[in-house]
Amino acid sequence: MAKKKRKVPSLNASSMADVSFLLLTFFLLVSSMDTDSGLARRLPPPPQNEDQLETVKVQERNLLVVLVNSSNETMVKSQVSTEWYQTDAELHGRGNKPSLKDKVKEFVLNTNNNPLLPELMEEDFGAPIGTVPVTADHVVSLQNDATTSYKTYIAVQNELVRAYNELRQEGARKYFGSDYDNLTTDQQEQVNKLYPQRISEAEPKNFGGGN
Amino acid sequence: MPELNTASMPDLVFAILFFFMVTTTMRSETLMVRLKLPQASEVQKLEKKSLVTYINLGPAMDIKYGTGTQMQLNDKFAQVEDIQDYIAQEKASMNESDQQLMTVSIKADEDTRMRYISDVKQALRKAYALKISYSARKAEN
Repeated sequence: MAKKKRKVPSLNASSMADVSFLLLTFFLLVSSMDTDSGLARRLPPPPQNEDQLETVKVQERNLLVVLVNSSNETMVKSQVSTEWYQTDAELHGRGNKPSLKDKVKEFVLNTNNNPLLPELMEEDFGAPIGTVPVTADHVVSLQNDATTSYKTYIAVQNELVRAYNELRQEGARKYFGSDYDNLTTDQQEQVNKLYPQRISEAEPKNFGGGN
Repeated sequence: MPELNTASMPDLVFAILFFFMVTTTMRSETLMVRLKLPQASEVQKLEKKSLVTYINLGPAMDIKYGTGTQMQLNDKFAQVEDIQDYIAQEKASMNESDQQLMTVSIKADEDTRMRYISDVKQALRKAYALKISYSARKAEN
């Protein structure tokens, strides 16, 4: 029996590299690596019926009103003091005024148990925080005019978030001895519970008129 | 002169190719409004792209639509009343378990009046899309 030696034909794969390079460039071009970032918020659920709008009663001392008017000026008002900010720089604490961030922190902490600042209540947060007094019922109410510009609104929102972030950072330092970012998810949750973001965004009112 | 062995080149390129194929998300919509996002320092990244729905607010690129604020949903201009349908549609296209995690990213031009934003917010409340994010650029200040 004659054995014929079969030759396996080899595929010419030299152009494979070219083809895959083409595909690669295509995907390189169409891909968008940019991820969206923003300030996260949770809206309240819609009112069950139209008449029971905003029936939640909040004690005066527990309320910090932050108002942005139609000429993009910010007013922050608690029972203790009222402050006006005309510009962005003043909002950040330049120009001999305490910054909005510091006002919010002072309000949320109420270190000296001022009767005009939110009520301190003892609450248990679990080890290692233990039972500490916190202003559990404080509300930061952010109100704006219909013609307020979005830019200012976001700037103010950003300052509010920054105040809470700094509080959480300080809490993490104090109770866990490390940065907030280095904590485990559970620990972060604990700190978040200690300083919950209680920002209420009311429906805007048209104070200033205009378009 | 010894020749360089390039036999593994296609394999390498394929590896990179697959990486890009997996990470890429096709740009599905063309922007029809001008967006200059406001700046903020405390922004968080939106985690899962498939769970995010976008609402674009800003003046139209094409001047024939006027200079007022327009809203773009998907590929066309829309009114505030259309939001509920839009959200319902987007929700329906998701897994049931993902619907709770749906986030709406409001991308608005920084000169937009808050009136429009508030209208959008109210519409989103009615549509039970309660997780929102005000889109902003990261900035140190």
